[in-house]
Amino acid sequence: MLSKRNPQLNAHGELIHLLSIEGLPKAVLTQILDTAGTFLSVNDREVKKVPLLRGKSVFNLFFENSTRTRTTFEIAAKRLSADVINLDIARSSTAKGESLLDTIANLSAMHADMFVVRHSESGAPYLIAQHCAPHVHVVNAGDGRHAHPTQGLLDMYTIRHYKRDFTQLTVAIVGDIVHSRVARSDIHALTTLGVPEIRAVGPKTLVPGDLREMGVRVCHDMAEGIRGADVIIMLRLQNERMSGAMLPSAGEFFKNYGLTPEKLAFAKPDAIVMHPGPINRGVEIDSAVADGTQSVILPQVTFGIAVRMAVMSIIAGNNA
Amino acid sequence: MSSLLLDAEALYADLLAGVRMLLQPGSALVGIWSGGAWLAERLQRDLKIDGEHGVISSALHRDDFGSRGMAAGADHTRLPFEVEGRHIVLIDDVLFTGRTTRAVINELFDFGRPASVTLAVLVDRGGRELPIQPAFSAARVALPRGQRLSLARDEAGRFSFDIKDAA
Repeated sequence: MLSKRNPQLNAHGELIHLLSIEGLPKAVLTQILDTAGTFLSVNDREVKKVPLLRGKSVFNLFFENSTRTRTTFEIAAKRLSADVINLDIARSSTAKGESLLDTIANLSAMHADMFVVRHSESGAPYLIAQHCAPHVHVVNAGDGRHAHPTQGLLDMYTIRHYKRDFTQLTVAIVGDIVHSRVARSDIHALTTLGVPEIRAVGPKTLVPGDLREMGVRVCHDMAEGIRGADVIIMLRLQNERMSGAMLPSAGEFFKNYGLTPEKLAFAKPDAIVMHPGPINRGVEIDSAVADGTQSVILPQVTFGIAVRMAVMSIIAGNNA
Repeated sequence: MSSLLLDAEALYADLLAGVRMLLQPGSALVGIWSGGAWLAERLQRDLKIDGEHGVISSALHRDDFGSRGMAAGADHTRLPFEVEGRHIVLIDDVLFTGRTTRAVINELFDFGRPASVTLAVLVDRGGRELPIQPAFSAARVALPRGQRLSLARDEAGRFSFDIKDAA
């Protein structure tokens, strides 16, 4: 994006859209994580709702399927007292030929205050942010292979919750990195928060060499990749994004890179295992690990709601 | 009125006596973040009340969210006791417009229905914009609207006042 300043920030450096973690200063990431901590405790109250977005309308625009992310955004917006409108765009006007910007213009005429956007094209949320009215905020809920910033942030919240200090950690990201917007967002966030060793682990076809330019250590051997790791982030093998013969078979992948108790033993004894979901048991992760004591996959989902509440409340409170 | 005339430690002794009068069986102290929380912590100790004091934040119920956004750096509410049916004594350092008090009362009710809520403050500086009055204030002072008065605490835990002219 060629812009004089980061389009996510206003002139005071405050967050007004969340489009990508790339380019966001550490202070903004830390503010989101700290605010999420406040919202996590809202779950313990008798009234599990706060009035910050009362009277605001949040439109969930999912041009690509997602159940978990859309649901957690919906819960987060409702806990902030917003009105939530879910649009299944694949089945609506776009199918009739309406352009993306015409869709946005129409929804803006319905007094939308915030768009949560998932799109198969990288950059679609940027385009919307550039063309919507100044009071409207945009959250990227995943665009193409580019970014999935709220997943990256909830991963950072999870790591901070269990490990406290980012500056002593070794984090291994394992699996289908080439297709993963989660991996890209995680790498940007881990780098900004000061993690000294980030490893990308997987076969040559799924772990691109250009990751080295991002300061990541590339490992094609699983044992080497997770040896001594504090955090292991497993990625889903994205069958729907596979084109061409990138892998011999899912069984072959599991044999070499699937996280089993035997392979997990290479990591530190107190290492945590994360996964953005949905998990493919027996493809990238063994059930014994997914359901084991080191797995924090379900806490990630809970933290995800608090992180999305934090993002929406912070951007809604800042003016362009 | 200058800060030199406001001896926070002397006023704290008055607040201690005032809050002692407000307590009833089963009362719980809740300090409003941040100055009020420091006061509640010390009052809890000096009044020899069992258990931990509560801390309450106005951040999620503020009426200026639309113009000022999310408060950065504010601590979150921690009420380590059942709110339902309790007599809650809210503690704050400085009472001004009453808007923070309104916000924390809303916050408090998200945790349950207290039997009663009373307010005790170190300094009441007038200027109310809402119908809120403290049951006890250790001092009443008049300050220009633009001035900011807040409590400070040093490493030894001693209180003083901080006065700033608004930018």
